Amino acid sequence: MYNEKVIDHFSNPRNVGEIPDADGIGESGSFKCGDTMNIYLKIKNGRIEDIKFMTYGCGAAIASSSMLTEMVKGKTLDEAIEITNQDVAEALGGLPPLKLHCSNLAADALHDAIRNYRKEREFI
Amino acid sequence: MNNRVVYMDHGATTPVREEVVQAMLPFFAEEYGNPSSLHAPGRRVRKSVDEAREKTAAALGANPEEIYFTSGGTESNNIALRGAAKKRSATGHIITSSIEHHAVLDVCRDLEKEGYSVTYLPVDCYGRVEADAVRQAVREDTFIISIMAANNEIGTLQPVREIGALAREKGILFHTDAVQVVGQLPVDVNALNVDFLSLSAHKFNGPKGIGALYVRRGTQVAPVYHGGGQERKLRPGTENVPGIVGLGKAIEMANAEIPEKKKTLEALRDRLTEGLLEIEEVILNGHPEERLPGNINVSFRHIEGEAVLLSLDLEGIAASSGSACSSGSLEPSHVLSAIGLEHSLAHGSVRFSLGRGNTEADVDYVLEKMPSITERLRNISPTYHTR
Repeated sequence: MYNEKVIDHFSNPRNVGEIPDADGIGESGSFKCGDTMNIYLKIKNGRIEDIKFMTYGCGAAIASSSMLTEMVKGKTLDEAIEITNQDVAEALGGLPPLKLHCSNLAADALHDAIRNYRKEREFI
Repeated sequence: MNNRVVYMDHGATTPVREEVVQAMLPFFAEEYGNPSSLHAPGRRVRKSVDEAREKTAAALGANPEEIYFTSGGTESNNIALRGAAKKRSATGHIITSSIEHHAVLDVCRDLEKEGYSVTYLPVDCYGRVEADAVRQAVREDTFIISIMAANNEIGTLQPVREIGALAREKGILFHTDAVQVVGQLPVDVNALNVDFLSLSAHKFNGPKGIGALYVRRGTQVAPVYHGGGQERKLRPGTENVPGIVGLGKAIEMANAEIPEKKKTLEALRDRLTEGLLEIEEVILNGHPEERLPGNINVSFRHIEGEAVLLSLDLEGIAASSGSACSSGSLEPSHVLSAIGLEHSLAHGSVRFSLGRGNTEADVDYVLEKMPSITERLRNISPTYHTR
């Protein structure tokens, strides 16, 4: 069902963990849906210096979370906020159609984290 | 990736045993006659179909003319419910449970659209229907009760005998979906007081695509399909002869082995259950004792079922889950919801269903892998850290 890249990110997820003094924290999903994700950001000079995630979810959810963190580490906030669920799924080499919605978790949590960060510090 | 394959999804389907394959083979290219033909090739095959019917009847304590071959459990359920409904001049009331297989629930929902009323009885925290609840639900216009013999997901055995007696007392038809029980536990249609019983070969080491419906002599039931006169017009269409022969052989063998198999599987089941429950924050779903000999259903707090299945699969272990992400429909199991399992536990459920061929070594292997799988996924989980 899942390709090699997805299996890799599922079995060896990158950037798992929490950042205790995170600059931005985001959440997505719900227990009702069956998956939930937290994202922690460390921002320096408008760039994502460090990013960590915690996910309760299926193989696709965990793999998407891992891939997303890999994609945005080092990017500016403006670049990061442009990343979509589709980008994540594509970077993984595609997901089974039924699993696409599980991958939405990742980009949603990231956007939530960036929004929360900006709410505190920027006046846009 | 591992070479070892441990198959613990016998509740989904089972391998066809060698003797059954051998019994079926001649009926493809050698004995290929149509059982309805008058000539010798047809008559020979007719005889084999009759023999299979006798074996099936014997396994259930029924008469051969009460056995109708179908394409499986789903079709049998459809014929029982729809067929009984069709024989009535007006709509009426059906009593069933909230934990039936979709092959019963969906038929009921469809009948509701046609004006029938249906009571979906709740179950207790173990997934058991109370016979008393059935009694309370009976109305003037109740014409059939359909309660499964055992639940496929959580394994809980239902009080079929009691409900059957109640149905007989009230003069109401009683159907049981016995797909998970036939070939695993002894079944006697008279002891159970059933009017209809569904079974499916691929659950007891027979081929897929063939099952049977037991219909008590004298029961009023209309066909759902129309066509030729096969199966006394209840299930027309040229018979699936290889399948029928396979079913007969499989049910005969499975039935003979029930006492030994039950003992073996229960021991393996209990050892696997005990081992899994030793992992912290793991709970058992379904009744601890009144359950199918090979069924284990547990929930792992803080982690999701499909992720567990994937991890197991990567280690060569095949199991199933009631989580939303592991179902095609993205809905969590209605059975786990019915027993009142909170979302996080429902999504973290895994079913191991043991069957013929599983060994102590299989159980050892799963118990060896499960703790590290659980630990790894919990280390990724947000809720494990905030607990």
